[in-house]
Amino acid sequence: MKSTRILAWLAILIGVIYFIVPLIGTFEFSLRMRRGEYSFDAYQSVFSDIQFRTTFGFSMLMALFTIVFGMLLVVPTAYWVRLRLPRMRPVVEFITLLPLVIPAIVIVFGYLRLYNSSSFLPLTNSTSGTNMLLVFSYMTLSLPYMYRAVDTAMRMIDVGTLTEAAESLGAKWPTILFRCIFPNVMSGVLSGAFITFAIVMGEFTMASLLNRPAFGPYLQLVGANKAYEPSALAIIAFAITWLSMGLLQLVSRFQKTAPVKA
Amino acid sequence: MSFLSLSHIQKSFGPVQVVSDFNMEIEKGEFVSFLGPSGCGKTTVLRMIAGFETPSGGTITVAGKNQAGLKPNQRNIGMVFQAYALFPNMNVFDNVAFGLKVAGRPKEEIDARVREMLGLIKLEHLADRFPYQMSGGQQQRVALARALAPKPQVLLLDEPLSALDAKIRVSLREEIRMIQQQLGITTVFVTHDQEEALSISDRIVVMNAGCADQIGTPAEIYNRPATRFVASFVGTLNLIEAKVVDPAVNRISIGDQGVTLREPLGPVKAGDTISLALRPEAGSIAEGAKGDTALTGEVVSSNFLGSVIRTRMRVGPSIISFDMFNSPGLVPPSAGETVTLRFVASDLLVIRD
Amino acid sequence: MSHSALIDRRTVIDWLGIAPFMIFALLFLILPTLYLVTGAFVTPEGDFTFKNIADLFSPSILSAYWISIKVSLASSLGGAVIGFFLAWAIVMGGLPRSIRSGLLTFSGVASNFAGVPLAFAFIATLGRTGLVTVLLRDMIGFNLYSTGFNLLSFFGLTITYMFFQIPLMVLILTPALDGMKREWREASEILGATTWQYWRMIALPILWPSLLGTTLLLFANAFGAIATAYALTGSSLNIVPILLYAQIRGDVLHNPNLGYALALGMIVITGLSNVLYIWLRSRAERWQK
Repeated sequence: MKSTRILAWLAILIGVIYFIVPLIGTFEFSLRMRRGEYSFDAYQSVFSDIQFRTTFGFSMLMALFTIVFGMLLVVPTAYWVRLRLPRMRPVVEFITLLPLVIPAIVIVFGYLRLYNSSSFLPLTNSTSGTNMLLVFSYMTLSLPYMYRAVDTAMRMIDVGTLTEAAESLGAKWPTILFRCIFPNVMSGVLSGAFITFAIVMGEFTMASLLNRPAFGPYLQLVGANKAYEPSALAIIAFAITWLSMGLLQLVSRFQKTAPVKA
Repeated sequence: MSFLSLSHIQKSFGPVQVVSDFNMEIEKGEFVSFLGPSGCGKTTVLRMIAGFETPSGGTITVAGKNQAGLKPNQRNIGMVFQAYALFPNMNVFDNVAFGLKVAGRPKEEIDARVREMLGLIKLEHLADRFPYQMSGGQQQRVALARALAPKPQVLLLDEPLSALDAKIRVSLREEIRMIQQQLGITTVFVTHDQEEALSISDRIVVMNAGCADQIGTPAEIYNRPATRFVASFVGTLNLIEAKVVDPAVNRISIGDQGVTLREPLGPVKAGDTISLALRPEAGSIAEGAKGDTALTGEVVSSNFLGSVIRTRMRVGPSIISFDMFNSPGLVPPSAGETVTLRFVASDLLVIRD
Repeated sequence: MSHSALIDRRTVIDWLGIAPFMIFALLFLILPTLYLVTGAFVTPEGDFTFKNIADLFSPSILSAYWISIKVSLASSLGGAVIGFFLAWAIVMGGLPRSIRSGLLTFSGVASNFAGVPLAFAFIATLGRTGLVTVLLRDMIGFNLYSTGFNLLSFFGLTITYMFFQIPLMVLILTPALDGMKREWREASEILGATTWQYWRMIALPILWPSLLGTTLLLFANAFGAIATAYALTGSSLNIVPILLYAQIRGDVLHNPNLGYALALGMIVITGLSNVLYIWLRSRAERWQK
């Protein structure tokens, strides 16, 4: 028993070293911009960069669109599959898992060939069309996480009974969906939203190949041209990820303690 | 000296004392049940015998050998757990063979012994099944065979029936008892179900808050509960408030009716309040019923319970329940009726706290 | 008559309910993939051919696949082994509860901390002027780079990828280890088994589908990743995603259909490892009852 515990502490120690050292290293590096002393100059330089602000804002906007449209697609589908089409469940679940199988770079490669200027749906012809395509690609990327989060939340509440109860009170289905189902799976929606946010903010492949001025390609550009700013950006990106995951944990904890149980 | 001896066993988890001064001598081939509510320390005692917990004080000996310092895998003890303890990656045969395999027995011996064990639990035909393909009752029988296969000195059963359906529970406990008697193996059975303990044990230990309240045969435990706790935990019991009238001749009163007890009252004086116990099946209101003592009261309610009818009547400050066997012609007394309950005075027990 | 009409109408409504999802999946997931897959089997003129597939076996493309597979395999195996020990430590190591929740929270963050910033972090740590490199040089006079170490290499990329591989393993394996019932261990102990026998005969056989399955998932995860590698090495390390990236940007293979074949190869490899993962997972779940 005692040797088990020593071994366990050793494993944790190695893990902590491996995980903490790069973060310390990055932070230390980001402070080195001014010669001979530590300063936050790199952060100042990053924040004052107009490119940083526009790309960051652009990615935020894309993340927002992805979350809204993603949920509008995922919640009704998950609801419908649970309620009316349980036999389609394996098919829908398989589709939602596909983005984990098909690498992002392959998906976007397909987009570029399928939706170019000579295609039936020339989305890449205009800026707004390309932006739409980018949002769609992000929706695809986050599909596995969103669907699972929402579906789990729906399993916790009994959607069938909830629907029948609403129907017996005379509610029409838009009312049921937006007034009964959505609020009750809010924890799942939020979990999906946070993880989507984390994915979209740092995403590089899609935005880069679709030539959109997003945060990910900007990071890569800075990395190729500057010395200290990349470390500062890495710290900022880590903080964003930590924030989204922290909020996600908060929501899922709330979800667990919620009184509704299956 | 007895086969399995527990003397002055104590166990604390941090500041919490779970078992305090537990003493028990178990003979070879005996079937002993530890009976008590959850948290009374019965499972902890069992786990100390198995070696999963180390006693904070006291000694455990098996066949004269002190068990202190022995790891569970050095004790040669069989154990059946509450549920789900079969190895899910092995079929029935391999589960039963496990103990023999790790002991390095030759293949032919393992084969023969496993067949023998499967025959004992009548599951030879399921040797190739995996645990997830079997019912809970079948799984527990396999667990029993697995525990018995290496011929342990002692068999420990940790609430092996509590996860099963009521019907299976009864048939399996009879099977366990049969196998135990057939093999003559010393067995300790932990349960919170008094009916289970009463029906299959040679002796029962009723445990309360880390101590043995009473050790005795099922009949002794049921008929002569030593403490209020034992009385209330084992079976249904009427607890009756009584006033001492004359301690010299064991005279007491229930409400305004006088009764003379058979057993001495102990150090009490006239006017003291004492508690008496009476089993619901001890008395009868039939006209010619036997009994040297009678109590008259007013019927509060009468409930049909299938084989018996349980009637509650008020006598002074106490409510007394009594049972009568159901028969087609029987008309149960109705509320408000006055009835007289006759019983033998020696069935009225004085309860110590 | 009216009865069957009613059923039909209900069926139509049922299917209409998931139509938006199906159309979306078709347009933005399935058709783009199919386009590439079919494109891999035709010539630029549109005739059916296996030549593109055969051309994948040219030395430069083969070596790209080989490096990709090596990096993915090494980072997934490394991630699996270290992740397993971490998960084991927090589930069975008898450590305080706070360590467990701390590590799980951190794993949630770190498994999502991939892409470009991760590359920056490792450059700042193990790059030529990174903290660890400098500290090793100044404190004990050890020159990391004189040993042949290079962050922009197979080994460097593997170590970097493990930063998100290990946490992913911890996240997936912790529930599997939680599912190991205490009774199994105690039953084996009381039957006379040693700790080693318990692990060899019970714990590992129960866990191996989860372990191997998750390793495959990590493999696919690393195989498709591009951002970290691109930010770390530019295009100096010839791995498949970077080759494909260059092909999309500027047709470096001088044959668009060969590009499709390259993509098809990626799908086949990640697809295979995922199919195996799902199969192993369903085997693992059979026991977790």
